[in-house]
Amino acid sequence: MEHVNTMNPYFGVFVLFVLTFGAFYATTVIARLASRALAAKDTEKLKLTVYECGPEVTKQPNRISSQFYLFALLFLLFDVEIVFMFPWAIDFKLLGWFGFAEMLLFILLLAIGFVYAWKKGALEWHSIK
Amino acid sequence: MDTAYFIETIIKIVVLLLVFSALAGFGTYFERKVLAFMQRRLGPMHVGPYGLLQIAADGIKLFTKEDIVPQNVVGPIFKIAPVITAATAFMAAAAIPFMPSFTIFGYEVHPIISDINVGILYILGVMAIGLYGPLLGGMASANKWSLISAARAASVFISYEVVSGLSLLAPIMMVGSLSLIDFNNYQTGGVGSWMIWSQPVAFILFLIAAFAETGRTPFHLIANDHEIIDGFGTEYSGMRWGLFFIGEYANMFFISFVIALIFLGGFGDGSVGGALALLGKVSFIFFFFLWTRAAWPDVRPDQLMWLCWKVLMPIAVINIVITGIVIMF
Repeated sequence: MEHVNTMNPYFGVFVLFVLTFGAFYATTVIARLASRALAAKDTEKLKLTVYECGPEVTKQPNRISSQFYLFALLFLLFDVEIVFMFPWAIDFKLLGWFGFAEMLLFILLLAIGFVYAWKKGALEWHSIK
Repeated sequence: MDTAYFIETIIKIVVLLLVFSALAGFGTYFERKVLAFMQRRLGPMHVGPYGLLQIAADGIKLFTKEDIVPQNVVGPIFKIAPVITAATAFMAAAAIPFMPSFTIFGYEVHPIISDINVGILYILGVMAIGLYGPLLGGMASANKWSLISAARAASVFISYEVVSGLSLLAPIMMVGSLSLIDFNNYQTGGVGSWMIWSQPVAFILFLIAAFAETGRTPFHLIANDHEIIDGFGTEYSGMRWGLFFIGEYANMFFISFVIALIFLGGFGDGSVGGALALLGKVSFIFFFFLWTRAAWPDVRPDQLMWLCWKVLMPIAVINIVITGIVIMF
């Protein structure tokens, strides 16, 4: 298959962005109108409470385990490296041995960070007990 | 910009939205049927012939449900989260060539919405944005199950993004391009030239990452029914909940297309047989998603992280180094 020759290759992405968000938002609006007109309504007092045990509804503080924060840090470390590796991979044959050696050095640095994180126990799932 | 290109793009986008919204709906029907047959049941049979109109019945039911926004939720974020999931799933399709180009009424049509030269990077990026649906929906729900699910969704998606990115680097080194059209053209020499034979490790890694990125069963932890109710979807009802579903199934179809195009030869030389072969490959990968759900139990969250960081990621890096050495010699 041939490539499409056009001045603005990102035009389709933009139109798709606008149309998908528009279409799916419109779907929720239509659903809201349809349910207002058709759905059986019930004014039970506890119906709007969240799904949980007990009659008292408390507002949940959005607190999560610090374990997830460690994974976010690891992700930052490795995903930024991968972003650097994409342009290198495309021009791999062009760069030759020099590029390959450079990337080996880069991967070595990455591996040192990885081993450090492993030894520190950042990859373990710590029990909260 | 000429008018013909403008109209062609709009028509392609409308066709894509209609076809894949319908397919995402039918995906639920396929899933129920496949799971039923694997458990010696019949599945949905009552609505229409062989239950084929089940999807229409489900749609009517979702539209006519009462529109509930529970108390304590953060309203605007709660309402926009399902839209983000569904819309980003469809946006990823912009860089996928669905068929070989064909001529209709003397006008050559390229069935790709946007032939951008960074196709794979774009697809990975947009699929990563899909994380915000479960994350925002779960955090805005003011429910502890939703919150756990949101935290899990964030950790699973970002961890497996590393694996999917690293596993695709080795094929990219061989092809030297990020466009899926170039990937397809690289594999036009019949079954023997498919990427899966030269990059079997990358194929398996990307397949596992695809299961995690779409939240399918061995890694179905973000909405694990027996632990955290329905995860980020617990407080949702009606069509908002339905949009999460459409997003999930559309994602499965698009990632099947990506796997078929990168590793399984795509549509080959662009003949009619090649187009049919691509549909067959995509159907098989979609069936494989359902098959795995019937055959495998879920893993634990700590096992999921162990698999990602201590097994798959080192293998992916070693695969890149070995691929580099083999190409250089």
